[in-house]
Amino acid sequence: MTTSPVAAVPGMTDAALVLCLVLLLVSPLSVAGVALINAGLGRSRSAAQALLGNLAIIAVSAIVFAVAGASLTGFAGGTGLAFHVAGKPWNWVGGSPLLLGGLAGTPLQSQLGLLFAFVALSLVTLIPWGSGADRLRLHAGAAIAAVMALLVFPLLAHWVWGGGWLGQLGVNFSLGAGFLDPAGAGTIHLMGGLSALTVIWVAGPRRGKFPKEGFATAMPGHNAAYILFGCMVTLVGWLAFNLAGAMLWVHASLAALPVTAINTLLLASGSLCATYTVTRIRFGKPDASLCANGWLTGLVASSACAAVVTPGVALTVGVIAGICTPLLVEFLELAVTIDDPSGAIAVHAGGGLLGLLTAGLFAPQPGQLVAQMVGIGAIVGLMLPLLYVLFRALDRFVPFRVEPDGERIGMDLHELGGGAYPEFVIHRDESYR
Amino acid sequence: MKYAGLLVMPAGFFLSIAALVLFPDAAPRAAFVFCGLAVEALGLVVAVRGHMEPRGEDR
Repeated sequence: MTTSPVAAVPGMTDAALVLCLVLLLVSPLSVAGVALINAGLGRSRSAAQALLGNLAIIAVSAIVFAVAGASLTGFAGGTGLAFHVAGKPWNWVGGSPLLLGGLAGTPLQSQLGLLFAFVALSLVTLIPWGSGADRLRLHAGAAIAAVMALLVFPLLAHWVWGGGWLGQLGVNFSLGAGFLDPAGAGTIHLMGGLSALTVIWVAGPRRGKFPKEGFATAMPGHNAAYILFGCMVTLVGWLAFNLAGAMLWVHASLAALPVTAINTLLLASGSLCATYTVTRIRFGKPDASLCANGWLTGLVASSACAAVVTPGVALTVGVIAGICTPLLVEFLELAVTIDDPSGAIAVHAGGGLLGLLTAGLFAPQPGQLVAQMVGIGAIVGLMLPLLYVLFRALDRFVPFRVEPDGERIGMDLHELGGGAYPEFVIHRDESYR
Repeated sequence: MKYAGLLVMPAGFFLSIAALVLFPDAAPRAAFVFCGLAVEALGLVVAVRGHMEPRGEDR
């Protein structure tokens, strides 16, 4: 094992750096939108806990990442630890100082890359929180975020964005431009979806969700207005994040940015229209929360491919995403008994996979599809078992699941002592008969 | 079952990585990377089945 310099990236002009900074300052709207959607898809008696949890998770993950995680992430042009196999360097972890030491002396482009990682981290840690809604303790949510910010996300972010082995697949093995994931379809969304799956496995389903007999109990979200307004907020944040990612990681020129933005919008629009049509055909009327899931799936897929495909391909992939999303949500709930209130596995893991494969198929460089498959293999084959072991161990020290009484009276009263809507009468839940 | 599936998944990943090192040609490399992903998918299916909630008389 040796310490080796990480390959530097092409420099950006001053105008591009300023634009990238502005985009990154707008991009947390994507986090706000996801938080609103998560809160709306949960129950009314857990809404305050869900939103406070979102804030707590962002805060805890930012602190842990700044203290230690960022040093493992490193940055392009910095140093990293590498081992050599078959004469090729495999840079697997960053080697920057703790507590963001020496950050002020690094180039502005590297600092923007780190800011990008902070926004990405906020998003990836919110995804499992939404899936554990109505039964995951606040402490557990914060602990999960801390573990992800300390180890799992920094490692993957280094591999993809910090000059690690996945990003260097093109240089070392002639596989396209290396693993192509400019706005985190794999690093944020596939990883977030898999962490959501792991949290659901560890915490179990909500009480009454899968009764002894009959189908799964429908537990619809409590506020469609939150969900749909959250979708509009995510669009603004996603546009900014996709453009910033394209500038930082695929070195897109200013002239290429409008097409990337249009592709992002087309992916989301095609996906929403397809989900609207599918739910209209299946249920007789369009389903608001599934349409929101479809919209979000299109945005997630755009994270990988918006910068590399044509508008026609973007629209087609959006339609495919929109058709698959409601079917996958239904399959996961009814056939596989996964209780995922926010639909994170279908939206984030499914959309992330689709976006990564699309980027592999339509990127101009030869070998790109194999690079994408290696990246997907690393996230699914290595990160999922790692997350499972970490979360199982964490559950022993910080129990994920609230007591049955907490679930019955609601997370707001149980954990916070007051509800989000104190003037509402909390009605009896029919699923507890 | 659930743990067996989770153990199989890293095996699929290492198969993909081995393909990068062992096969310089594009076609066999792509085939073995695909096989690695298939092994991972198999492990995931086993893990998911192991975590399914018991239904009806099995409960």
